[in-house]
Amino acid sequence: MATTEEIRAQLAELVNDVAGVPVEDVQLDKSFVDDLDVDSLAMVEILVGCEEKFGVTIPDEESKNLKTVGDAVAYIEAHS
Amino acid sequence: MTEIKASTGPKYARILSVGSAVPSKVIDNEHLLQYIESSEEWITQRTGIKERRWIAEDESIETLSLAAAEQAIERAGISVDQIDAVILSTISHYHQTPALAPQLATKLGIPDAAAYDISAACAGFSYGVAQAEALVRSGQARHVLLIAGETISEITDLTDRGTAFLFGDGAGAVVVGPSETNGIGPVVWGSDGSQAGTIWQTTDWHTAVEQGTWPKLGMDGRAVFKWATGFIAQAAKKCLDEAGLTPDDLDVFIPHQANDRITDTLLRYLKLPEKVVVARTIRQFGNNSAATIPMAMAELLESGQAKSGQTALIIGFGAGLVYSGQVITLP
Repeated sequence: MATTEEIRAQLAELVNDVAGVPVEDVQLDKSFVDDLDVDSLAMVEILVGCEEKFGVTIPDEESKNLKTVGDAVAYIEAHS
Repeated sequence: MTEIKASTGPKYARILSVGSAVPSKVIDNEHLLQYIESSEEWITQRTGIKERRWIAEDESIETLSLAAAEQAIERAGISVDQIDAVILSTISHYHQTPALAPQLATKLGIPDAAAYDISAACAGFSYGVAQAEALVRSGQARHVLLIAGETISEITDLTDRGTAFLFGDGAGAVVVGPSETNGIGPVVWGSDGSQAGTIWQTTDWHTAVEQGTWPKLGMDGRAVFKWATGFIAQAAKKCLDEAGLTPDDLDVFIPHQANDRITDTLLRYLKLPEKVVVARTIRQFGNNSAATIPMAMAELLESGQAKSGQTALIIGFGAGLVYSGQVITLP
């Protein structure tokens, strides 16, 4: 099972790939929208990427609660 | 048992020519700000669209379709009596019956052609190419004129800040005919009716008549974006696989022009080499539903960015939900 740090690092690569955010900025306490300037379309793409990369399903109603990098990592840990 | 003769046709088919037509009214993003609370920057950043074309009073789906078709027939270098079938792909001919294709055929001087409309929204052109290819190769038609014509401006909800800026009008047409070598790869297509409510006509005709309202086009943009960047990316890859090709074999990529950001994602997923020319006509034409792919094809060839004989991947996706794609040789 991947550690929190491993999931964060993989997620950081994905966010970098989709939205061009430097990987070192993608830390657990950062908000996707407010801190990393990820817009709604990029966010959808990141979540689609997470589903593929981590083998999880993220329903739309759930995705609205994933505001920070930490929220997403915790969801992936709990569901993968 | 009585033996019924079966039709037989040429081994291969290809697209012989392409034509296109755009209406005269140029609508920039600023024009739309009178209807919706948004900004030019927001629209461009989210979609890539800078302007789109809308029909003027003397223009219609019929005039655009005829203009595109005339160009395609002339460029194919065939006479009209060599065309045995005319297919119009549209979701914006607001006259349920008769279909528009027979009238187009007659106005184009094509005698006694099989003629019918198909409704496969933004996948309609690729659906039509699959049908045309099958008709030619099975010997059911010597040449097929496939037209994609749309006037989505007439059902655009100008008060919807999620879609008001997306759509434009236009038409594209191709002639498909026999070929010595294969110019149309296997189609990869399908549908998912459980997502009928993702892109839809906001009121059915019964309700519209009762209420005296004109239907609009509704769309759940987030769901479409998710589907297009996930499922459709995989379908695009399958089009290459089915044609026995790799991304390196490709010269041109013409995805349905729904959103520049979707195109960006498809490129990332497919890992297409730098040399591949990518259609971005959404920037000047917006989303023209079925017509985007032939319009983009014509634009790329006319501007010299793409050349006849090059290998292109086309894929359309939209209301249904439906999708369809194949690899083709450019005319």
